[in-house]
Amino acid sequence: MATAVMTTLDPKSRSAARGMSDLTIRNLFIVPTIVFLIVFNIFPLLYSLGYSFTDFRASSAAPATFVGLQNYRELLNDPFIWSNFAITAKYVIVSVVGQVIVGFGVALLLNRDIPLKGLLTTLLLLPMMLSMAVVGLFWKLLYDPSFGIINYTLGLGSFEWLSNPDMALYAVAITDIWMWSPFVMLLSLAGLSAVPKHLYEAAAIDRAGSFYTFFRITLPLVAPILMIAIIFRTMEAFKTFDLAYILTSQPTTEVISIRLYKMAFQEWQTGRSCALAYIVLIMILAITNIYVKYLNKVKER
Amino acid sequence: MRKTMTSMLAGIGLVLACGTSVHAQDKELTIFWAEWDPANYLQELVNLYEAESGVKVTVETTPWPDFQTKAFTEFNAKGSAYDMVVGDSQWIGAASEAGHYVDLTDFFNKHNLKEVMAPATVKYYAEYPSNSGKYWSIPAEGDAVGWSYRKDWFEDPKEMEAFKAKYGYDLGVPKDWKQLRDIAEFFHRPDEKRYGVAIYTDNSYDALVMGVENAIFSFGGELGDYSTYKVDGIINSEQNVKALEAYKELYSFTPPGWAKAFFIEDNQAITENLAAMSMNYFAFFPALINEASNPNAKATGFFANPPGPNGDQFAALGGQGISVISYSQNQEEAMKFLEWFIKDETQKKWAELGGYTASAKVLESPEFQNATPYNKAFYETMFKVKDFWATPEYAELLIQMNQRVYPYITGNQGTAKEVLDALAADWNATFKKYNRVK
Repeated sequence: MATAVMTTLDPKSRSAARGMSDLTIRNLFIVPTIVFLIVFNIFPLLYSLGYSFTDFRASSAAPATFVGLQNYRELLNDPFIWSNFAITAKYVIVSVVGQVIVGFGVALLLNRDIPLKGLLTTLLLLPMMLSMAVVGLFWKLLYDPSFGIINYTLGLGSFEWLSNPDMALYAVAITDIWMWSPFVMLLSLAGLSAVPKHLYEAAAIDRAGSFYTFFRITLPLVAPILMIAIIFRTMEAFKTFDLAYILTSQPTTEVISIRLYKMAFQEWQTGRSCALAYIVLIMILAITNIYVKYLNKVKER
Repeated sequence: MRKTMTSMLAGIGLVLACGTSVHAQDKELTIFWAEWDPANYLQELVNLYEAESGVKVTVETTPWPDFQTKAFTEFNAKGSAYDMVVGDSQWIGAASEAGHYVDLTDFFNKHNLKEVMAPATVKYYAEYPSNSGKYWSIPAEGDAVGWSYRKDWFEDPKEMEAFKAKYGYDLGVPKDWKQLRDIAEFFHRPDEKRYGVAIYTDNSYDALVMGVENAIFSFGGELGDYSTYKVDGIINSEQNVKALEAYKELYSFTPPGWAKAFFIEDNQAITENLAAMSMNYFAFFPALINEASNPNAKATGFFANPPGPNGDQFAALGGQGISVISYSQNQEEAMKFLEWFIKDETQKKWAELGGYTASAKVLESPEFQNATPYNKAFYETMFKVKDFWATPEYAELLIQMNQRVYPYITGNQGTAKEVLDALAADWNATFKKYNRVK
């Protein structure tokens, strides 16, 4: 197929007149992207792998010395780092589960003939179009114990959403759910509208209950696309920084990316932070892999 | 193909080359500082320099929490975006050892700045290592922690009577930390939406640590021995345990949601009728006597950080010195600017604009001391200030202190003794890592 495309360069076209071969044209499109990828992604990735085995500090003029696996060993033995990972895991679970429930639920509600459906869908997508920093700043105002609208509406008095160490992480997760449920909703909606109508008709003829219809028809058919939404959201939630950083400074909300930022750009422990970044990368790769395996299984069904 | 690539690269190169050459030609100086009122006063001051010399000086600012990160990112990249920086006192170790700052020792000695500037400012803003006679910056903005309070609440006869009945002494400016605590407790009335005290609690940079320092230093404690790096038995001393407990107790008298408070929140506590007393840097007090920014301006009073139980009285040092950045392409111009900056008239003008001059002569003048309700307290405080570690690894020490102290103060975790013992172990490990101790 590819060769068929390659050989159909029109002999009268300008490219042909200039004497460019198909290969040149292909390279012209691909090479800049590859160069960009190598310079800005692959090279720093490999370079930082090298740094992760040294005690290099970008803030000092002292040369980096090789320390072997010391950074990895010390990081994995640091109870603070483990608590950061535990916080991150808790955050990912709460926020992704919340987004799937809310997003999928709203999609189910929207997946029928209702007036102004298009407008409604567009309006529901608004949170996701805002910048993280802006969302963080205005949710901070909404959560304010003295004048925040959330406590006022719910009649919670001066409940401390962000200063309460046990509540702060949930408050950040709620904000994330508000912001990203529309994303899950959008993908679910696409999946739902692709479910063939005749399956529902057949189920109705067989007098299948709505519960049965949902678990036997709707969910299995939407599952692959829902899985994709979950993969995206898990990866994003795992590297959350902005929301948690802006909303609160509780140690109970110090997700791993905030710790990494502090280590790299406040303490300037460049070598060690490279090692931590690699640990995080490996974890994300592992989690994503599990998901992708599962996704393939779901697709096979 | 190769030709195309070559011309593309040449194009990019040309653009970059043009960019840098344009930058090198202009006679402009850029000073980097944090975003706060004194930076605006400095911009007003340097406008006078432009009128005199024709050299345009711009004060570029960034919010406090990013200040350190942004400055060191630029330094580490050996960037020439800024010619001078008004950098935090604890940066000197890191910035001088890594060669980011130009050595100003000759300039310092030539102008006899050791005598011209107030001693504490020379010691903490300019000299590194301690007592080495090597200077890296010119004291620019002197600063320390002080307190503001609601005079109208304090002078209300009913309150005075109730206070005396409850505590057995007259309500007034607290004479020690015990009284500070009593007054905070007395005014803490959540039902009336009035609270006792506003203190620093933000743990994203040095706010919380500086707040705690006020208690530690006044309780007679120290953070450690800055020359031998000994911390065990010093940071976890008995005085420090008591000081930390006292700070934690103050936290229970703060307004709701007070777990990420720094200078903005602490001034709001006064302007929004939230708290009876508020801890803040003197640099933020001009906003409190200005009726445009504080509706309670007339009813706001000020006092210095009170002594602890043994009569020791100290305050956490703030403030910054101005340093020339090694990678600046306008170092000569920058030195000329500094010569203008240290002149007596300039320092006087600096104080008039609202800047906290470090010039001893200006500080001592009755003109300065009577200019505002808090200048006298400032003058007195500047002679009893202490600071955080200035070693190159100060940022790690700061984060470790935040990690240990914050959950205790705001989250009720552990005891003061446990927290400080753990901190001593953390700091010791850090100093071992950098071979400061064996």
